[in-house]
Amino acid sequence: MDATFRLWRSEPGGAGALTDYKTPVSEGMVVLDAVHRIQAEQAPDLAVRWNCKAGKCGSCSAEINGKPRLMCMTRLSTLDLNKPVIVEPMKTFPLIKDLVTDVSWNFSVKKTIQKFKPRQPDAPDGTWRMAQKDIDRVQEHRKCIECFLCQDVCHVLRDHGKHDEFIGPRFLLYAAQLEMNPLDTADRLHDLKDKHNIGYCNITKCCTVVCPEHIKITDNAIIPLKERVVDRFYDPVTRLLRMFK
Amino acid sequence: MATHQTYNYDVLVIGAGGAGLRAAIEAANAGVTVGLICKSLLGKAHTVMAEGGMAAAMGHNDDRDNWKVHFADTMRGGQYVNNWRMAEIHAKEAPERVRELEAWGAVFDRTPDGRINQRNFGGHRYPRLAHVGDRTGLELIRTLQDHTVYLGVTVHMEHTVIQLLMDGGRASGVVAYDRERGRFHVFTAKAVILATGGVGRAYKITSNSWEGTGDGHALAFRAGAELIDMEFIQFHPTGMVWPPSVKGILVTEGVRGEGGVLKNSEGRRFMFDDIPDNYKPQTASDAEEGWRYVTGDKSARRPPELLTRDHVARCINREVKAGRGSPHGGVFLDIAWIKEKISDGEAHIKRKLPSMYHQFKELADLDITTTPMEVGPTTHYIMGGIKVDADSQMSSIPGLYAAGECASGINGANRLGGNSLSDLIVFGKRAGEYAAEYAKSSGPIKANDTEVDKAIKESLAPFDRGGRVENPYKVQEELQDTMQSLVGIVRLEDEMKEAHNRLQGYKERWTRVGVSGHREYNGGWHTAIDLLNLLNVAEAIALSAIERRESRGGHFREDYPDKVAEFGTFNIMVKQAPGGGIQVSRLPLPAMPAELRQVVEEQQQ
Repeated sequence: MDATFRLWRSEPGGAGALTDYKTPVSEGMVVLDAVHRIQAEQAPDLAVRWNCKAGKCGSCSAEINGKPRLMCMTRLSTLDLNKPVIVEPMKTFPLIKDLVTDVSWNFSVKKTIQKFKPRQPDAPDGTWRMAQKDIDRVQEHRKCIECFLCQDVCHVLRDHGKHDEFIGPRFLLYAAQLEMNPLDTADRLHDLKDKHNIGYCNITKCCTVVCPEHIKITDNAIIPLKERVVDRFYDPVTRLLRMFK
Repeated sequence: MATHQTYNYDVLVIGAGGAGLRAAIEAANAGVTVGLICKSLLGKAHTVMAEGGMAAAMGHNDDRDNWKVHFADTMRGGQYVNNWRMAEIHAKEAPERVRELEAWGAVFDRTPDGRINQRNFGGHRYPRLAHVGDRTGLELIRTLQDHTVYLGVTVHMEHTVIQLLMDGGRASGVVAYDRERGRFHVFTAKAVILATGGVGRAYKITSNSWEGTGDGHALAFRAGAELIDMEFIQFHPTGMVWPPSVKGILVTEGVRGEGGVLKNSEGRRFMFDDIPDNYKPQTASDAEEGWRYVTGDKSARRPPELLTRDHVARCINREVKAGRGSPHGGVFLDIAWIKEKISDGEAHIKRKLPSMYHQFKELADLDITTTPMEVGPTTHYIMGGIKVDADSQMSSIPGLYAAGECASGINGANRLGGNSLSDLIVFGKRAGEYAAEYAKSSGPIKANDTEVDKAIKESLAPFDRGGRVENPYKVQEELQDTMQSLVGIVRLEDEMKEAHNRLQGYKERWTRVGVSGHREYNGGWHTAIDLLNLLNVAEAIALSAIERRESRGGHFREDYPDKVAEFGTFNIMVKQAPGGGIQVSRLPLPAMPAELRQVVEEQQQ
């Protein structure tokens, strides 16, 4: 059976167009397989970023039929192959070529978040003790594979282009796992409020919906952080108490 | 003269997986300037695929464990052709390296008393693998990556190195191009560390990503460095076999560590049928004892599913060949059965093996908590690589270091699961430390312009030939087929010679590969360049494998099915012959000191 894939192809000078490629498909294939086949047989200079092909590295992020997804984890059997499958690059980041975007902004954002700062070790041999139940949530957050699909879908970045003011769901999650790490002693709440503008997030939960690791980004990371910020800076009782301190 | 930009560092690290990042951290901490080049984005290296854990004799789950047991396990697993000094350093230093990760933010699974939890794994006598569910590699790379970004290391992402530069017999930097724009860059450095990972892409069925094209092996080889043990390739026993598009993707040994069993189409646990003599005293005599072992009973011995990977892979291969395989040419790996033994079995499986659950659910539409998986061997790891000094990790070229999978010595003929992640951090640290020291104490170097221009010109040749000649993807695919079928799990002299002949043909075709389009992010061009590295390592593998006329560890010869004592006294070494071609020789193993020999003997029981 053949299926048609409508891929974004760049042209020199910044223009581009969706281009149709027909290629044979078989049982169990994912979108990335089809893209690779097209690359090997019809479009050798096609640009596509990928690595592990098992949903663990977060390299092959794209928009498939308009939805932010990993190409390696999107099975063709879940798509209507009677229509062309549309594969486009992520729209929130500058395009480099074809399906590849410049995601370097994300790497520079991370540097603005205060790094992990552990408390003094608990034992004389320099080690710590932690209960599993105290780190379950942190481990959920640390499952993030940095595919940046949550950044892609976040309307604060995608529609409003607030890249200079807002760090996006990925890095709110990053800050959350540091804040919730039982060993960590740094305080990131002030930065979250004023520098990273956590207030811009109006919890539409789009990031949670697209997360390929099924991390509950909004409920388990962003909302708890918002609560901490509110408790610290806006709770009237706390404010009153602070005035008399 | 071609135009290019130049960067200068004291230490240049090639590769940003576990070893490269750990090396960069150590060098930066030593106060030298550090550049880090990686082929992908930062944090995407193949280390993220490591699942089960990192081996370190911390003794948290069984206080009988210590470095001596770990050392002896590693030597036994490697069939005693390991570099004993590397195995010793590794066993002694791994616990400290793991603890250090916790101080940098890694969040390992815990024991009931709050320490780092350790799990069972093949070939390890006691529970020894520090882990985070089944995504330990991701935890390792993210921890190192996040630690590195605050240290002032300059990271050059999506750059491919095409040539090592030499200055008077000493490494002096590299020529690279950035994949995004296709521009060339020259990096000069007083010390260069190769941490480029493996060669899995030389095979058709592999757990490795596109990056595993043996770049470090080949760059070092072409610069005149010595490689050893290239015949020893690890075929991981459990890769996915279905659907076809995911064939080869890894299924962690952690599944067996948690109680998963291997069965053939007759429902028989065939691993009980073939237990090697040197492992008999440590292996369970029946299923009941095996289950007691995985649930932490210290008096029980491990189930045969946890024998070394080379052996388990061959047993699976044998079952499939004998017609007792699963529908898609593998065997069955069943973890769902533990629900008979524990009440919250389903939740337990999801908690202990979350990414396996996810992987099968999404890629194969199969629920591992109810249905057995189909698995078969996949090319996973190369024990062989650049020959290095055990303490400093310097190669046979001054100023050139190697760490991690592209270096060789610690694993001998077969690597134990979990010893790779610990290898990365133990020897990555040492490479960074010694490279920084070398850079501080050595004089200035310069890039040789003629060499630079030549490298750039050669790498652009495929564009001159255009897209209507040899297709690089096609040649790569044929090379992978050849290596898979003729230099795979079971090897024969004639087949390997045939493979070697074919490789000469691919080499000739490589000089004719052409690509169309322009230099920006051009997949065809990237493949053409990686192909030369694959050709170099494939030939090194084939010739080394022909030379070793015995079976040992990852190297199994149907024509010489037994281990031969004489072959246990040397490593096979390859290096570039003057005027091209490959020189194969035998390098005697260094003698093990008496006290370590005694450790090995004490641990035999």
